Amino acid sequence: MSKVLIVADHLNGQLNSAVARCVSAAKAIDSASVDIVVLASDAAPIAAQAAAIAGVDKVIAVSDGAFDALIAQSVAPTVAALAAGYTHVFGPSTSFGKDVMPCIAALLDVEQVSDLMTVESASRFTRPIYAGNAIITVEAPAGRTVVATIRAASWAAAATGGNASIESATAAAANTHSKVLSLQQGKSDRPDLQAASRVVSGGRALGSAENFSIVYALADKLGAAVGASRAAVDAGYVPSDLQVGQTGKIISPELYIACGISGAIQHITGIKDAGTIVAINKDADAPIFEVADFGLVADLFQVVPELTNAL
Amino acid sequence: MKILVGYKRVVDYNVRIQVKPDGTGVVTDGVKLSANPFDEIALEEALRLREKGIATEVVVATLAPADAQAHLRNGLAMGANRAIHVVTDQAISPLTAAKALLKLIEKEQPDLVLLGKQAIDDDANQTAQMLATLWGRPQATFASQIDIAEGQATVVREVDAGLETLQVQLPAVVSVDLRLNEPRFIKLPDIMKAKSKPLETLPFADLGVSVSAGLQTLSYAPPAKRAKGVMVKDVAELVSALKAKGLL
Repeated sequence: MSKVLIVADHLNGQLNSAVARCVSAAKAIDSASVDIVVLASDAAPIAAQAAAIAGVDKVIAVSDGAFDALIAQSVAPTVAALAAGYTHVFGPSTSFGKDVMPCIAALLDVEQVSDLMTVESASRFTRPIYAGNAIITVEAPAGRTVVATIRAASWAAAATGGNASIESATAAAANTHSKVLSLQQGKSDRPDLQAASRVVSGGRALGSAENFSIVYALADKLGAAVGASRAAVDAGYVPSDLQVGQTGKIISPELYIACGISGAIQHITGIKDAGTIVAINKDADAPIFEVADFGLVADLFQVVPELTNAL
Repeated sequence: MKILVGYKRVVDYNVRIQVKPDGTGVVTDGVKLSANPFDEIALEEALRLREKGIATEVVVATLAPADAQAHLRNGLAMGANRAIHVVTDQAISPLTAAKALLKLIEKEQPDLVLLGKQAIDDDANQTAQMLATLWGRPQATFASQIDIAEGQATVVREVDAGLETLQVQLPAVVSVDLRLNEPRFIKLPDIMKAKSKPLETLPFADLGVSVSAGLQTLSYAPPAKRAKGVMVKDVAELVSALKAKGLL
């Protein structure tokens, strides 16, 4: 019998949408029971959201001032202590999950499966390597806890309607060697890029931060989130939290519109699970057209505003 | 202040990766190998800290087969003071790498360890975090800016929500992200100079790292291909196609 513990990611009192996808991954293991642990200065409201996910048995709420910011070296010892009795410890492959899950693995002296894509059995999983150019099947050693980050884009969110029990636990001793000074958040009036069902992205071809306004205008018309290629972020057209790709966010919206993005392998790996990919690029040979469901070879400065007006 | 930099040799990021038809691996014969781009950024940052007078010594380390010596010489050519080559033919998991680096830390006593956020071959993004944990020291991952002063590192981290500023007490482990800096090119005269810089070789077994059973890679497969798409000739055609799919 598999017992999975999921480490919840959250911000500003809101549970991260990737947690429900972790639940789906956990449920893909035969006869697995699923618990979620929430660590926060006030864990109760977030635990309530976690308890509403269908398929969750129990939510463990750990409220402690030490978790006002989720510092990995503070979170990991508490989770590792709570992990006793669980066969699997999962976390979302968000920046929080990537930061903390390896620490938990190291404390349990086990290797970690990063970006788990599919569950083949309680000990066998697939994951991407080489920017998703190869998918490997890995087998975890018998009798050892499996620690994994879950590639959210590979999983549908578990439904709501759950009614898990909530219990409290105390934190392990906190460290004092790290301190969050500030979090500078991106604009919050648009949908969250990680969770949005529609995303409009821009590449370096936009040419400037000002020109990105045509991408924002289309996104606003569609109620979509805005993303960008690494090149556009490196060029300073948009902030880093918009980056989609191998070293940015991996997303799976229903609709992804790529404007002036050439389609480097590293970008494709971030969008290949999207439902429908639309590519607009004036270069007919751009690799993005190899993965696009609909391709339009045209000048984006003409057709993107045209598309916005047509909606 | 001494800085230890992890410097991994990987398949060059421009190489078009091919999975072997029998599924036992990816084709690596004859393929170009380079320093992991994130590790180059880590080394560049260490060199800048030395040039600013904050660090006094930069040591690069690699866990790799014997023929990786040339790769380490590149790190010396870029400007590192010393190199450590831990020789092994085994594939090294992030946990094993972290344990090995901890042994080097015990010997070298660095104040700062700079690693790449992830290696572009395994895309694991674990070693820095595991090393900090085993060492009992702080971690600052996905760094896009590092400032060192008075025994502390103030690190701006690229996180999903935006930019987090984290302050950690040294010694600490920092993993670097793409926008931290642009690495310098290696100049020919420096390649010649690198030949006389110290390069220490030690067999992996000498580190005394205990490696327990880990993840076994059973097979490799190419990614699932998306169904072939269609080209549309104008915005009107695109809009009707999307409406037909119920997306608009």
